[in-house]
Amino acid sequence: MILFIEQLLNGLQYGAFLFLLASGLTLVFGIMGVINLTHGTFYMIGAYCGALTVALTGSFFMGLLAAMAGAGLYGLLVESAVVRWLYNRDHLYQVLATLGLILFTNEAVTLIVGRAPIFMNIPDFLSGSVTLFPGLAYPLMRLALIVVGLAVALFLWLLVNHTRFGMLVRAGADDRQMVDALGVNMRWLYMSVFGLGAVLCGLAGVMAAPLLAVEIAMGERILITTFVVIVIGGVGSIRGALVGAMLVGMVDSLGRAYVPQILTALLPYSVADTLAAGLVSASIYVLMAFVLLVRPYGLFPARS
Amino acid sequence: MSRFNRFTLTGLVMLALLIIAPVVIAQTDWSGGLPLLTRIVIYALAVVSLDLIIGYGALVSFGHAMFFSLGGYVVAVLLHHTNMGDTIFGWEGTNSALLLWPLALLACALLGLVVGYLALKTRGVQFIMITLAFAQMVYFVLVSLQYYGGDDGLMMDMRNTMPSIQLDDPWAFYYLALTLLVVWVLFCRLIVNSRFGLVFQALRQSERRAVNLGVNPLPFRLTAFVISAVGTGLAGILWANYAEFVTPDMATWAKSGEFLAIVTLGGLGTLLGPIAGAAVFIGLEQILTIWTEHWMIVMGPMLVLIALFGQQGMLGRYLKGGRHD
Repeated sequence: MILFIEQLLNGLQYGAFLFLLASGLTLVFGIMGVINLTHGTFYMIGAYCGALTVALTGSFFMGLLAAMAGAGLYGLLVESAVVRWLYNRDHLYQVLATLGLILFTNEAVTLIVGRAPIFMNIPDFLSGSVTLFPGLAYPLMRLALIVVGLAVALFLWLLVNHTRFGMLVRAGADDRQMVDALGVNMRWLYMSVFGLGAVLCGLAGVMAAPLLAVEIAMGERILITTFVVIVIGGVGSIRGALVGAMLVGMVDSLGRAYVPQILTALLPYSVADTLAAGLVSASIYVLMAFVLLVRPYGLFPARS
Repeated sequence: MSRFNRFTLTGLVMLALLIIAPVVIAQTDWSGGLPLLTRIVIYALAVVSLDLIIGYGALVSFGHAMFFSLGGYVVAVLLHHTNMGDTIFGWEGTNSALLLWPLALLACALLGLVVGYLALKTRGVQFIMITLAFAQMVYFVLVSLQYYGGDDGLMMDMRNTMPSIQLDDPWAFYYLALTLLVVWVLFCRLIVNSRFGLVFQALRQSERRAVNLGVNPLPFRLTAFVISAVGTGLAGILWANYAEFVTPDMATWAKSGEFLAIVTLGGLGTLLGPIAGAAVFIGLEQILTIWTEHWMIVMGPMLVLIALFGQQGMLGRYLKGGRHD
């Protein structure tokens, strides 16, 4: 039972983390119709900026600021240099251009920082764990990630549903040309949304940095999971991103905990061990396949 | 000159170049020439197959590396068991290409059928993401196959055998790959000009109109997807035999992206364009890797430029001859 609850919390934490990334990606797609592979790169940049700043200044808050600023600025640079010219082009060209940017950024970061992974210490005020109830102590850093994820969800909900900016975002997602024709500065709107997505990536990067190694490939690994999240949730929908992120988080963490146990009970160890490893990494894709069979456009399709 | 003639002319010129090139290179002391050409031809096979669904059906698959890797792995794994003296479900195994290759192609067709059926429920950006996700799934499964080397991949002790063709001979292997490429291009050309191909293209131009004319889109798209998967799988089989080595790297999304880049570079919907694209792309890769270890720093911006300015690709304008669609 304790194990189960701990796994649920892990799932919640992973889900919150995925939501930070998925919300930006789904907004960018919903409003601009752009498939942006560099989203994982912003996350990596955020993690690097955060980890390096913390190593330099020792202050976690400086790292937090640096991560969000670094990822945000790089996002704006990418938007104005490349993505802006691809809004009305076929998705194929968006994929190619952003893939090229990923390869370039990865190599540039390798040249500047080196190939060795960087490790970032958990800040003092978030280290240690809290006893949620007798027998279950949970690391504070992971709880902080859950809180940040939920706070961002709340912030986005307020922003999208209760501000003028959010109104334009929703209108843009419904009918881009009409919003443009009504005299809204679309260039500014696009840049803000793209920048906001990148800043959230930076936040995710610096929050995840103490929990895992900061390295070049971290962006790609998470990007594809993020895709799975928004395909499950429905591309373009923030609510979908939240639900998808939580589903994927839960399936992943519960799968990791229970699939090997179940399989070793049923099959000889040597077979079960290999099979379990494969099944666990494939579990979220199987989830996606199931969702697609029932709801081809995700759980909360943004446009019918 | 009509489009048909342009296609024939370009095809013949390319074929002549690919036949003569190894002979010319053999006169120099450049030992890397024939392997480079072999890689180009193998890649060409994969990207022509990809062009079949992207260029003619607007089905942008971002996961074709899964078929590339599956083809290679099936051949390598079966060979591995045969050499170990194991039986595979009671079958003692074989090293004959005539048996192993069709088996591997069958596996690719089956994977293409399942993935295609699921992915074709969607369109556009979802299709891109879903094909990518499935390819990633294949990648993770390959990495988790510890018995077959996991991350490190699996060595093949020898190439497959074929009656009267020595696959171990680099020349024979190259010309075999080239022959397969020619046959495959002709086959694809036959398909796109057939009634099936015309319906497939009509679905790209206006799905609604085609559906209202009584076409059920799924069988057409799924068939094309499976054909494309088989072609890419064949490239994977050849690659495994060429490198005598398979790794999960064959299934990475960077590989799928490379295929997409080559198709776009060469010219979408031309079948021959991607072959030229493969030659330029692989050639450039070769030059850049000699020049610097960090060749991605050049290749990345190249992809961006291809995407920004390469609407028609290298041969698109010429081969399509002012055709608008």
